[in-house]
Amino acid sequence: MMHFLLLFSRQGKLRLQKWFTPVPEREKKKIVRDMTTMVLGRKPRSCNFLHWKDLKIVYKKYASLYFCCGLDAEENELLALEVLHRYVELLDKYFGNVCELDIIFNFEKAYFILDEFLLGGEVQETSKQVLSRSIEASDMLQETMEEYMSKPAF
Amino acid sequence: MSDVVEKTLSALPSLLSLDSQAGPGKLSSSSKLGNLIKGITELTSKHEEEKLIKKELASLKEQVASPNTTMRQMKEIMVRAIYCEMLGYQASFSYIHAIKLAQQGSVLEKRVGYLAVSLFLKETDEFLLLLVNTVLKDLQSTNLIEVCMALTVVSQMFPKDMIPAILPVVEEKLTHPKEIIRRKAVLALYKFYLIAPNQVQHIHSKFRKALCDKDPGVMTASLHIYLQLIKESPESYKDLTGSMVTILRQVVGGKLPLDFNYHSVPAPWLQIQLLRILAYLGKEDQGTSEVMYDVLEESLRRAEMNHNITYAILYECVKTIYTVHPKSQLLEKAAECIGNFVLSPKINLKYLGLKALTYVVQQDANLALPHQITIIECLDHSDVIIKRETLELLFRITNAQNVTVIVEKMLEFLRLTSDDYSTIDLVGKVAELAEKYAPDNVWFIQTMNSVFSLGGDVMQPDIPNNFLRLLAEGVDSVEDRQLRLFAVDSYVSLLQGETAKLPQRFLQVISWVLGEYSYLREEDSDPGSVMRLLARLLDQRHTSTETRSWVLGAMTKLCSSPVSVALARDVCERYSGSLNTVLRQRAQELMILSQDTKLRASVLPAEGRLESLEVDSSLSFLDGYVSEALAAGAAPYKSPHQRQEELVQEKALSLEPYGLSLPVSLSSCSITDRLTDRQSPTLLSMSSGLSGNSTELSHKEGSTALKLDGVKRVWGKDGYLAQQQSAGETPIPQVELPSPLLSPQSPPSQTQKPSSGPEPDQEKRQLASSLFVGLGSHNSVCLMGRAEPAPRHFRRKPRGESSSGASEGSSDSSHSSRSAAVDNLLLSNLLDTTTVASEGGAATTTLQQTSQRTLDHTTSNGSPHVEGTEQRVEAGGPLSLIRGNGMVAVVPPTHTRTDPQTQPDLHPAPALERPRDLPLTSHLPAELSGLARSELTTLCSDHDPSLALSACRVYKEDALVLLVFISNNTDSTLHQMALQLTCKELEISCISGSPLKEVKGHSVSVCLHTVVMKRASVQVELAGLLSYQRPLGQPQAAQFSLSLSLKHFLRPLTVSTGDYGKMWLSFSHDLKQNLRLVTTEHQEPLTATLDALKGKLHLHIVDVIGSEGIVACRLLQGQGQGQPCLLHCRVHADSLAVWLRSPVPELPDSLLYHCQKALTET
Repeated sequence: MMHFLLLFSRQGKLRLQKWFTPVPEREKKKIVRDMTTMVLGRKPRSCNFLHWKDLKIVYKKYASLYFCCGLDAEENELLALEVLHRYVELLDKYFGNVCELDIIFNFEKAYFILDEFLLGGEVQETSKQVLSRSIEASDMLQETMEEYMSKPAF
Repeated sequence: MSDVVEKTLSALPSLLSLDSQAGPGKLSSSSKLGNLIKGITELTSKHEEEKLIKKELASLKEQVASPNTTMRQMKEIMVRAIYCEMLGYQASFSYIHAIKLAQQGSVLEKRVGYLAVSLFLKETDEFLLLLVNTVLKDLQSTNLIEVCMALTVVSQMFPKDMIPAILPVVEEKLTHPKEIIRRKAVLALYKFYLIAPNQVQHIHSKFRKALCDKDPGVMTASLHIYLQLIKESPESYKDLTGSMVTILRQVVGGKLPLDFNYHSVPAPWLQIQLLRILAYLGKEDQGTSEVMYDVLEESLRRAEMNHNITYAILYECVKTIYTVHPKSQLLEKAAECIGNFVLSPKINLKYLGLKALTYVVQQDANLALPHQITIIECLDHSDVIIKRETLELLFRITNAQNVTVIVEKMLEFLRLTSDDYSTIDLVGKVAELAEKYAPDNVWFIQTMNSVFSLGGDVMQPDIPNNFLRLLAEGVDSVEDRQLRLFAVDSYVSLLQGETAKLPQRFLQVISWVLGEYSYLREEDSDPGSVMRLLARLLDQRHTSTETRSWVLGAMTKLCSSPVSVALARDVCERYSGSLNTVLRQRAQELMILSQDTKLRASVLPAEGRLESLEVDSSLSFLDGYVSEALAAGAAPYKSPHQRQEELVQEKALSLEPYGLSLPVSLSSCSITDRLTDRQSPTLLSMSSGLSGNSTELSHKEGSTALKLDGVKRVWGKDGYLAQQQSAGETPIPQVELPSPLLSPQSPPSQTQKPSSGPEPDQEKRQLASSLFVGLGSHNSVCLMGRAEPAPRHFRRKPRGESSSGASEGSSDSSHSSRSAAVDNLLLSNLLDTTTVASEGGAATTTLQQTSQRTLDHTTSNGSPHVEGTEQRVEAGGPLSLIRGNGMVAVVPPTHTRTDPQTQPDLHPAPALERPRDLPLTSHLPAELSGLARSELTTLCSDHDPSLALSACRVYKEDALVLLVFISNNTDSTLHQMALQLTCKELEISCISGSPLKEVKGHSVSVCLHTVVMKRASVQVELAGLLSYQRPLGQPQAAQFSLSLSLKHFLRPLTVSTGDYGKMWLSFSHDLKQNLRLVTTEHQEPLTATLDALKGKLHLHIVDVIGSEGIVACRLLQGQGQGQPCLLHCRVHADSLAVWLRSPVPELPDSLLYHCQKALTET
């Protein structure tokens, strides 16, 4: 099971955080701090895996953004890397050539996409098509509602 | 992959300057959020950012509080609040508004509301209770999107106590026509299962339906639940093996729709999940494993593409192959596959290859041999993670010959690492290896010194404890004396140097050893030298109070010579005035004992201090003192728990309703802490020395003595060996299997180099030869050598149950069991060779010597075959208790009266409607015939038509009696009858004395068992097995299962209103819930509802006053009268507000579920 997923920039700025298990606020801050220093401090050509307490950390850099997740010890690291990759693919499909800015300004969308993909720390749906369909479905509704709401009421 | 993202943050300023023109409305930088983000990026210092956010938060706070803010604006505000929280600033004022937004907003605002809730709140937040009704409403909405949102939030977090409120609605969604809803519902149930397994026990059948869902997504989701279930009890799900294999075969064969492909690999996530499930199912089960060999092979074969995802599948596949019952052909292929990982230039794959090797060498240490060079390279890798993983691998292949090299590598790593977590782990491993394989005394003591200095104060406390125990154990042979003397010498020289850098734990170990064994060196040195060193240590500033008390303890043992006594007096004077009571006490002891040599000699004899200590854990020697004190008017002792409860009662008014259990559990917590903390031999020896001094017994003394309760089990003469033996051994069946990969022609060490590998330099070759010595074809020869240098006292005793560190304990035990596995492997090899080797005689003697030395240990190590069977017998033990004497022969019925009138209404007598029952019920023993009983249920009728099994429950006051009727419908007699009932949640014992071995033709036998619950759960499954033999036939067995519900174990609890009040206050676990009211024509709704509950659940209505009613019941649990549960019911609007309280945490939950069910059925 995944315990958390963090997105942060090269400068260590947090861009997205999702906690799948209840973690006290202080601990969260500590984890974010530890993760950024550990991951940013990795030398090139090191492996994408780390240990942190009894968790396994898997991270990957996409352009200027680091995707980093904490897993149970018995999880498969390579698979987790692909989970991160699939999430990036989904973001890419949604935003069209996604960049860090898309995530900064539309982070709530990034959360919505994540919620369709992962639920409670487990992969909920792996089919890209099904996923984008369900994301679009709720988005379509959002658009029409927005249009509807912006109509002047007489 | 980095080509996915092109634009980077460096583009931000230019983009922002374009303002709203950037992108087709994609970047909403013109919005308020945009402005905020823009504002922050323009700032240069953290301080400015803080100021800006503070301002932003203040304005947000003002806006949310304003009544004019529309939901639409609120949505926008929430997004900004989420952003501020992400930056690390609390926006707690917005939490309640997030809930409000989810409650009242239109669909798209609701979505943001739910998102904010899931980001802001935690499962434990009380705010979450406010969300329950919203979720319930949305779950029942006709709008799919709303249902999805509600299910999503439920799967992320939901208050545990509120699960019953929404469970029925979520269950209903499992049959929803839309697959997305079904999928999310399954995941919500998975979440419920994780946080409150007993709440969803009864819907396991629905999980099966989800597994068979026509949509692959729903089926995949259900596998999450099955993985958990199967992990917990693989036995109950063996029947699913076939289905899992079929699914995997279809997936691997590409039968799923194409959009489940990931980089043209069919549904990798699903494949991996299935492989994991198969691993659990096939573990130590040959029959089940055989079913899956084909598909495992196919998975290996199909995963050939060079992509990360195929490697992920391969890795999982290898793990599964090495977990299930082995098949040589498959193992060979898997080993080959590991080679691909290890030799890969990609570092991630190398890492996984090392991990896979670490996993498989536990079964066959030789698998590491072909990869020697790679391992050596990884050991010096620039990436610490790779290094660490390599050490883990080496730890698994350590033996007596390579131990020094491997331990040196580990210590090297330890000196460089600053991470506490890996320090703790690695230090434990070094200590384990040192104890197990140390080649000589000097090395052992030096290694342990490094362990103590590097492990410092973070290491597990059982490392020093085990070390001291090891020193103290054993007879005073020359060898033991040498070890002790060496330790003493080494510590004296350490103390003569700089002590400031030594960790406190190490100083404590030093003081204890010096106190115990300094006498060994006394011939050649002046008697006061050690004493002076200790006194110096005592006065140093960095020495902690705890260490000081150890030092004083050591001094007490040492003050025999006049010089020492003078020194001791000096020390006493300074410390008898200390503010710390422990130090003061120790100083007092030192004072008294140093002056009275006779007393000292009797309480602290120089020899045999730890031989055997009889600890009187009941403190009976104090009885006289206590009765005297009581006679003099002292208050009787009350346990802290009792005191706390009284306190709660006294303050009942002010503490209600926040009283709960917190203070009670806190206090009990600290007690257990203290109990586990103190197990150091020093305290033991000291307090044992002092126990004669009972007149001085203070509260402190008393608690020390109490603590010894835990220690006794480890140290007591009789309990020790037997208990530890059974705890420490895990039979590894794989050990006995042929290891096809053991290549007999591969020579180990120097001569061996993989021809394909890179040419290693001389240094590496040497390292390789020293690391991999002892593995390989002639390992049996090496092992012979190994048995000799490992002296008895370096052998680690399996840890006792009482050793501290509960959290670490589990991982520790797994290590030791793993190492035991290696041990077993090696030693079984040894055994094999001794029988065939030409020098067989000599080898056997060695073995015998070893077995004499290690007594308990070697017998289990040396003969895994025997041990395995013992284990099986042991496992069968509790069952065989039931077997055999669980039956009563019942003479064919002459007359047994079952009076329908005496049977309570809740179980209407089935006799009249079901004529088939009549003959069977007439077999009821006379003493049970008057009691209420259930209908007869037929068990496994399809198995064998000539044998019918039925069961019936009789509700006795103090237990549930379960009757199993065995009717033999043939002419022949059934022999060797044995009935076993098993259920881990229940306590089952048979009533009848004389065992029944046979059932004559056309007669019926009844087996009676009393059943009570171990812990409250909604429903439990009882598994039964009846074995029998027909004349001239094979032994046969019939399996059946029977489900028992909590309500079968409920009995009315008759108490007065006053007693009810007292009990109410003292119970700590409670639960509140609104229930449906039952309405009838001629009764008040309250009485009607209570009567319905009483009728269905055996509750006792204590009192009804106005619109309130109090009800009590007890659950048959454990021995005695069982556990009470009180219900307080109040009519509130159209529902019944029920408040349940009980001393047992699970009971209110489960009972509430049954109340709900009972009322919905009415």
